[in-house]
Amino acid sequence: MLKIIHMNVNGKDQEVAIDVRESLADTLRNRLGLTSVKKGCEVGECGACTVLVDGVSVDSCIYLTIWAEGHKVLTVEGLKGENGGLTPIQQAFVDEAAVQCGFCTPGLILTAVELAGTGKTYTRDELRKLISGHLCRCTGYENILNAFEKIVGKK
Amino acid sequence: MEIGRSRHRVDAWSKVTGEAKYTADLFPDNCLTAKVIRSTIANGRVLSMDTREASKVPGVVKIITCFDVPDRQFPTPGHPWSVEKSHQDIADRKLLNERVRVYGDDIGVVIAENEIAAARAARLVKVAYETYEPLLSVEAAMAPEASQIHEEKPGNVVASSGFQVGEGDFDEIKKEKALIYVNGTYQTQTVQHCHLEVPVSFAYMDHDRIVVVTSTQIPHIVRRVISQALGVGMGRIRVIKPYVGGGFGNKQDVLYEPLCAFLTTQVGGRPVRIELSREETLACTRVRHAITFKLEGLVSKEGRLIARRFTGYSNQGGYASHAHAIMANASNIFKQLYQDEKVLESKSYTVYTNIATGGAMRGYGIPQGDFATEAFIEDLAYAAGMDPLEFRLKNCMREGYTDPHLGIGCYSYGLKDCIEKGREYIHWDEKRKAYAHQTGPVRRGVGMAIFCYKTGVYPISLETASCRMILNQDGSMQLQMGATEIGQGADTVFTQMASESTGISVEKINIQTVQDTDVSPFDTGAYASRQTYVSGKAIKKTGELFKGKILEYASEKLNIPAEMMDIREDEIIDKNSGDILLSVGALAEEAFYSLEHSVHITAEATSHCKENTFATGACFVELEVDIPVGQIKILDMINVHDSGRLINPKLAQAQVHGGMSMGLGYALSEKLLYDDKGRPLNDNLLDYKLPTALDTPDLHVAFVELDDITGPYGNKALGEPPAIPVAPAVRNAMIQATGIHFNELPLDPQTLVERFIREGLIETEETAYV
Amino acid sequence: MYDFDKIYHAASVEEAVCMLQKDENSMIISGGTDVLIKLREGRLTGCSLVSIHDIEELKSIYMEEDGTIVIGPAVSFSQVTNHPIIRQYLPFLGEAADTVGGPQIRNMGTIGGNICNGATSADTASTLKALNAQLILVGSGGERRLPIHDFYTGPGKTVRGRDEVMTQIRIARKDYENMYGQYIKYGKRNAMEIATLGCAVLVRTDETKTRVEDIRIAYGVAAPTPIRCFRTEETLKGRQIDETLFAILRRDVLEEVSPRSSWRASKTFRIQLIKELGERALRQALAKAGVTDIREGGAKDA
Repeated sequence: MLKIIHMNVNGKDQEVAIDVRESLADTLRNRLGLTSVKKGCEVGECGACTVLVDGVSVDSCIYLTIWAEGHKVLTVEGLKGENGGLTPIQQAFVDEAAVQCGFCTPGLILTAVELAGTGKTYTRDELRKLISGHLCRCTGYENILNAFEKIVGKK
Repeated sequence: MEIGRSRHRVDAWSKVTGEAKYTADLFPDNCLTAKVIRSTIANGRVLSMDTREASKVPGVVKIITCFDVPDRQFPTPGHPWSVEKSHQDIADRKLLNERVRVYGDDIGVVIAENEIAAARAARLVKVAYETYEPLLSVEAAMAPEASQIHEEKPGNVVASSGFQVGEGDFDEIKKEKALIYVNGTYQTQTVQHCHLEVPVSFAYMDHDRIVVVTSTQIPHIVRRVISQALGVGMGRIRVIKPYVGGGFGNKQDVLYEPLCAFLTTQVGGRPVRIELSREETLACTRVRHAITFKLEGLVSKEGRLIARRFTGYSNQGGYASHAHAIMANASNIFKQLYQDEKVLESKSYTVYTNIATGGAMRGYGIPQGDFATEAFIEDLAYAAGMDPLEFRLKNCMREGYTDPHLGIGCYSYGLKDCIEKGREYIHWDEKRKAYAHQTGPVRRGVGMAIFCYKTGVYPISLETASCRMILNQDGSMQLQMGATEIGQGADTVFTQMASESTGISVEKINIQTVQDTDVSPFDTGAYASRQTYVSGKAIKKTGELFKGKILEYASEKLNIPAEMMDIREDEIIDKNSGDILLSVGALAEEAFYSLEHSVHITAEATSHCKENTFATGACFVELEVDIPVGQIKILDMINVHDSGRLINPKLAQAQVHGGMSMGLGYALSEKLLYDDKGRPLNDNLLDYKLPTALDTPDLHVAFVELDDITGPYGNKALGEPPAIPVAPAVRNAMIQATGIHFNELPLDPQTLVERFIREGLIETEETAYV
Repeated sequence: MYDFDKIYHAASVEEAVCMLQKDENSMIISGGTDVLIKLREGRLTGCSLVSIHDIEELKSIYMEEDGTIVIGPAVSFSQVTNHPIIRQYLPFLGEAADTVGGPQIRNMGTIGGNICNGATSADTASTLKALNAQLILVGSGGERRLPIHDFYTGPGKTVRGRDEVMTQIRIARKDYENMYGQYIKYGKRNAMEIATLGCAVLVRTDETKTRVEDIRIAYGVAAPTPIRCFRTEETLKGRQIDETLFAILRRDVLEEVSPRSSWRASKTFRIQLIKELGERALRQALAKAGVTDIREGGAKDA
């Protein structure tokens, strides 16, 4: 059953024909080529498919695309720094060696974008909780937390 | 100087922008989906498969059963092939298996136009089985009445081995009255790698060639095994490895690539993909072997280790994979880490059972062996009434140690410095005193463990690696390795090494991160802790060759002897004065397009490595245990590593963080569970307790940095070691906190609470109120 | 891609009920965090879904004139936690909602779904039980109102009919006024967890903060459904606040729970947690109520 969905993806209004049974992760990856959205478990346990819907993080593997009708969706492909470079959040991940295999990275960066959007700052322990919906097997979260602290940490 | 610089990762940009393409990001548009039909028993035989209903599902292209595949068995472990038959890996599985050995075994496959059709059809296939009693433990599988899991191995023992160090006889020495005798059984559990990217591959045909794109650590081995499994010539198979989302050893096995390659041949060469679910990954790929160690030891009253004897039993699961290589490796740490004054007797068995197949996982048996070794050493220290740290200093591997059987030596030695560094950091002496006599429901303890780890696999297996360097017209370089980047940072340190050895700056070196067996030079891949060491040697050798060729050409052009020149920061310089003579860019342009003498400067070399060296280190943990609810909180911890010279300190540190986290999961929460039918109970990331950020403390790292003379740049093992000493350090800290010696991993809350109840630390009678 | 037949996108409760009635194979989907996972397991193949994800009337939290707090069942866990009314009047409910899964799940999963899936481990259920929540269900037969105590019938089972939509979770002023509470979730790790045991305790003290005026004790995973320990509560009401209070709780709650052994946790382990978490939740609730000095009690005092 195909249906036309209207959503704003990475700042651009899109009209996409989808199968109503698709998850947002399916649509973003397979119809829009936004492969930064990773699938690690398909049941909302690993956080690799995290995207922002109206600025709020969701696991796009268990979010039906039809629910995105009329909403704004952000993936890492939609982040643009000055002069086409990296955003400060992305740069913090690079600088802090917070990236290893890279599979959890796009999702975590979006959580950082969400937190930066609140305008608040957080302690390291608060950040642990705020990133606890992302599993990472490479980093022990140490450098990821360092990158988060650089952006939204309590100074 | 590039060695020792904390460079940003060469792939960081691609990964933070989401541009890095992993296997599943590259599926061709017309790709078919294959879904493996899995057995719903753990031990038995498929009698028949009725696919009639399933075939009717719209979108189903083809169903292949275990009765339709070539009758050809092949091995799967990521070892270099051995030309000696006795050393070859065990070939004990077919593409699909009629004899079922694991719950969820591969008995058939549905190829369909989409995943829904494939899944529906897979559920509709009716299977008739002959069922045998599931053999889930080593004891059950070794029992006389046990069914035979593989007909080639009667009694279900895959292999056994033993060794003795020293001349004495344990039983004789035991009669000496002055010695203290200690014994115990130490047990590790089944755990899984849990790399975030599941195993995934797709295959298609290019005329008569099969192309397989896969998430693997070992592309060249994958090609060889596909050739063995399908009986297709090597040159007709091409394996491509894109970015990989972690492997940790699971992808050091050939998993579904041969089946995927076979399937495309069954549908006229159309692309077919096999993307496992997380559940399949946990239940049906590879796991870390659960090993039980029965240990006896004798220690003198002065705290000298006199003799030990142990037997190890490794639960192999349904297929051989890396088989006894892992148990044998686990046994080695007993002799390497401590030298008994008189004798060490070792015997070990690897036994087929009907749980998930054990394979390689970060540390290759040593996390298991180190848990038993370091738990037992702690218990011996307690028995001798000695501080466990002092006991270790007195008895551990000394400078200049050489393994009596393998000949591997300590070419650099930092073990005791690691212990001292950790001691100081954690305030060992003060805290051992402070926490000595605690009461109450919440108690603290400090604990430690040490380890040693050989860097590569020589002399047990072949160590070979190749590298190719290609000069571009502008003086930049293409660097091609057969060694693989799987997340650990290999491409970055390879780039730094290439820069160090050629004088070409890092910015001008373009490493090919995608291995392609048609192009990439041969290397056995990412495993052991070999790549910076073994593949690093290939870079060094190739770099010297490459630089030599550039200087030779420069010599021709400048009329200066090559040996008088060098390359530094992309400039050819006079060695003595340091004056710049010519840029490499200008030279390259000339070399490409010269009308007198055009040459394409490339270099390629193989390093056949016949060296190996021990890395060592220690983990120190301070913890707090909330006894009534069985919760352990890590208050502080540090890993101190003697890994030779660090190529990139920041990445080295990051590598240690990840290992510590994996070690904590091993210590506290991870365990794959099965019901009595062998069905996995917790094969998902909710029920399998991988640590989250909220379960992970701040991870502290220190190094004792010594040049290792055998390392290409003074370096030695770092990839696997960080995961090794954490679990025994936690276990040992718990002794100080509670007085209880936990001999079984993990130290999860239920285990703790039930033990505390048995030991009277938790009262079950509510006596305060009558 | 999920294997279901059709999906109806309801814009109002009326529409949802109508769709549920028309299609016998249909079921409600709200946040999706449970239903989609079941679908993926292939257990619901061929079913239809009625999405109440975007029904505005189910997505608000407000207070009625008499002080009753009304929570829309389609409100997400994180909206519950962050809502000013919840923060002011029911902070312990917000804290309970904040223990579910991880941040993304809390942005997606709904408080209504937490109750309607019938799980004994639902993190908000024990607190809602302690609050004597009233539930409103609307179906083809009209509207009915029932206390949460009558809602659960067994593991994963509730009295909600297939075609009934939960439209309100109501909490009366008398059930929260001057009440202080604590929910403790016990899991094997500190996030992304299903409760091994959950315990919610609400307490109201007298003005001198020396006596218990009212107390509510509720557990998740201590029985096949979330439960209240009414008899223990009766024993504790009116008692002086001293150490004996906790001893009574520890002993008496065991008479009201019925934990079982499963591969997730043994009965022995759960019983230990029931006692320990009950005491700890009560201590923390009392601390929030401003009780600072808890004296030794003693057997005689009983």
